[in-house]
Amino acid sequence: MIDLALDIASWISFALGGFFLIVGAIGMIRLPDFWSRLHGAGVIDTAGAELILLGMIFQAGLTQVTIKLILIGLFVFLTSPTGTHAVANAAFVAGLRPLGEVKKRDEDKKKGATS
Amino acid sequence: MIHAVSMGLGLFGLWLLLSGFLDNTLLLGLGVFSCVICVYIAARMEVVDHEAVPLQLKFGVIGYLLWLSAEIGKANWAVTKVILSPRMRLQQRMITVPAGQQTDVGRVTFANSITLTPGTITVETQHNSFVVHALTDDAADFDALNDMGARVSAVESRT
Repeated sequence: MIDLALDIASWISFALGGFFLIVGAIGMIRLPDFWSRLHGAGVIDTAGAELILLGMIFQAGLTQVTIKLILIGLFVFLTSPTGTHAVANAAFVAGLRPLGEVKKRDEDKKKGATS
Repeated sequence: MIHAVSMGLGLFGLWLLLSGFLDNTLLLGLGVFSCVICVYIAARMEVVDHEAVPLQLKFGVIGYLLWLSAEIGKANWAVTKVILSPRMRLQQRMITVPAGQQTDVGRVTFANSITLTPGTITVETQHNSFVVHALTDDAADFDALNDMGARVSAVESRT
């Protein structure tokens, strides 16, 4: 009974994680420029990777493997934003600016969508 | 000194968890030996301080991580809706968010939290503020970012 519940929980995690991985991949193709694509990668880094790891934790149960998976999740949690920041900062210093950047809030209503 | 001892204990705890050898005296001894070597090297590199061993963090940091996970989940869903919508309505902008954290660890935690939340990325750190790139109007929620900063300030230091 517990096994069945754990299997269901892990499959839900795998399915959701896979969904977010695919959404992130679609985002990296569909989004128009460098800055917005970073956000697509962010979906993969956070929801995608962590939910797949959560599914593996449900499969592993209370074993040493679970501890290692939690540590992997923690390190991904700490390192992936650092890498994203390094890439974004390099682009900012190099002078790259977002496509259709909105400078002030007032301009929103005039410009509307920039897709 | 307290930092060095804590680092050694932390490293040995990690060694025990990852190796799983609890009853082999030789291997345990070698584990202790390698942890002592690591602390010695770290001390020679002068990195045994409040950054490598952030003892000053309050236990509330665990609650903060749980809150942050929920925020990341919500933000992921918002970005997912943007990506999958037929006409992607992007309003990219750079906003400046004040970062009033007292410690370096607090500032890094806040900057990393902003980047971890999809929809916002910390681009540049200035003297006491961050330049943040936001994907949409909803992501560029100044009050929500300020609230996150206040939560980091609340757990960053015991003093």
